[in-house]
Amino acid sequence: MGGRLDRSEIIFKIISYTLLTIFALFCLYPFIYTISAAISSQDAVDAGKVVIFPIGLQFDAFKYVFEDRSFWLAYTSTLFVTLWGTVWSMFISIFGGYALSKKRIPFNKGLNFFLVFTMWFSAGMIPTLINYQQTRDIFQNIGIVDQKWVVVIAMGLAAYNIILLRNAFSGVPKEIEEAATVDGANEFQIATKVFIPMSKASIATVALFYGISRWNGYFWAKQIMVGEDQIPPLQVFIRNTLDKVLGGEETHSYDGFSVSSLFYAMIVCAVVPIIIIYPFIQKYFAAGVNLGGVKE
Amino acid sequence: MEKKIDERVVDEIERNHWKTVGKRILKDWRVYVMAIPLIFFFICWRYLPMSGLLIAFKSYDGKDVIGSPWNGFAGFKELMTGSYATTENSFWKAFRNTFTLSFYSMIFGFPMPIILALLFSEIKNETYRSVLQVLSYLPKFVSLVVITTLVNLMCSNGSETMHTSGGPITVLLETIHMIPKGTKLMYQSEYFRPIYQISGIWETAGYGSIVYFAAILSISPTSYEAARMDGASKWAQIKYVTFPGIASTLTIMLILEIGHLLTVGYEKVMLLYSQETYETADVISTFVMRTGGVGDTGSNTGTIGKTIASAADLFNSLIAMLLVIGSNTIARRVSSTSLY
Repeated sequence: MGGRLDRSEIIFKIISYTLLTIFALFCLYPFIYTISAAISSQDAVDAGKVVIFPIGLQFDAFKYVFEDRSFWLAYTSTLFVTLWGTVWSMFISIFGGYALSKKRIPFNKGLNFFLVFTMWFSAGMIPTLINYQQTRDIFQNIGIVDQKWVVVIAMGLAAYNIILLRNAFSGVPKEIEEAATVDGANEFQIATKVFIPMSKASIATVALFYGISRWNGYFWAKQIMVGEDQIPPLQVFIRNTLDKVLGGEETHSYDGFSVSSLFYAMIVCAVVPIIIIYPFIQKYFAAGVNLGGVKE
Repeated sequence: MEKKIDERVVDEIERNHWKTVGKRILKDWRVYVMAIPLIFFFICWRYLPMSGLLIAFKSYDGKDVIGSPWNGFAGFKELMTGSYATTENSFWKAFRNTFTLSFYSMIFGFPMPIILALLFSEIKNETYRSVLQVLSYLPKFVSLVVITTLVNLMCSNGSETMHTSGGPITVLLETIHMIPKGTKLMYQSEYFRPIYQISGIWETAGYGSIVYFAAILSISPTSYEAARMDGASKWAQIKYVTFPGIASTLTIMLILEIGHLLTVGYEKVMLLYSQETYETADVISTFVMRTGGVGDTGSNTGTIGKTIASAADLFNSLIAMLLVIGSNTIARRVSSTSLY
């Protein structure tokens, strides 16, 4: 890059820096506001005085959330679903993606179509709900009364993620596979000792996609986990609490903090795990998105 | 005589073909074993539910899908021309709203990531750029429940009885006189679309820029050098170097976007809308939910509701499938790239 910048280039640079800084702040602002409003005094929050920084500090909202047993039960529910859901989805996706990547096996095309068709056409909401309800009943009959397992086992698999893994496995050089075959390794060994280690970045990306979508999962968990003795995940808990307040069912006021602060405090607790792992996952984003395009 | 020999040869070839196929399957039996969990999952929870679509053609008794008596196209008729087409919150309104929401998402949401990527590529200080990028991707990873709770709180209206002045966005808009005092942002249908679109941009624009940014990075710097030698201003460089460089990515993304015209994220609408905003917010999926008695907005309308809802769902799914397959075929033709 040599030469002086043209005037239009300087202008464009200035515009870029300015607009992007504004946009980044626009993206960040709700989070900052959330934290500030969670620890501001009731008067400040209710009067709409909080703009950026907290006004009239209080930590009672957080204290209330920390001492709320049902909140933490929902939290452990989410941890459970996230952990086992990711493990189960990854187990299916890795081995399924591996089989899909083997073009040499008979019916490979059919198997791929079997997967891709579900991306084009889905059964729709009512049939899916009925199916999940039946699944729940079957689980109950074989003695699995904890409906979290229905959420873990029957939901959450994404055909798109499986295709990402299939493409990653297709990218492993043939020579390496052949060398392993010559050494007498069987297919299971080749998959676990050659292909999986060589596709670490893609596997990590997909695991993170699954983990985050499990952590954020709401809709079907809400529809399925309806039993009295069930503890639905955190997202369902937050929304149910909000519905109660919006619907005016709960007009109970809290001592020393605004009811909004209570939600802001819950949101901070719900988002913190994602913020913590965020720095580690952001390097995979580009890889994940670029894998999406299939060159044929 | 000759014909018989031919037939025998064909038979022999057929048999050999299947023999070799069998052999190849046996040789790679472990690969098939690895595919079993996937096949099991997709049959149980993706394909089996499809049989439930028969509800659309049956008078469903609420228990047994297969055993219910057939009803033909009565459900569709009722849905499209009967009482469900003429009520205030009709199927056709939901259908129009679905298209309108998607269409506006395309007009406002589609160019944003491109503009962002263009601007990002201009920032040569890498540390600063990655900080900006990482911040702009962040909302994508926050759950919809959290986002919509934030929207609900920040746009909440003030209340005299509770002595509150409303969320910060309401307060801000009132102060700059963009909305009259006492406006209920979340409960007036004219505000639903702006709220939906702006929160959508907040949520996805940054993350969406990744793919365009990668495309811009892959343009050779020498092209820009050459343009500059010729005295091209920045605008000319963007017009003659950058845009042609990302044209194929842009085309594909646009086509795929069109393919998803009918798949509005129902979860977000469901979490944001209320009875007061049905006028602009009710989309096909929320219509299905409500009619079929699903979810917290569902009023259980009994088994006839399930038939109507399934009919609406099937109609929607079929058109969506045509759009997706069509757009994919076009994308493949245009650039030999397709999503699937």
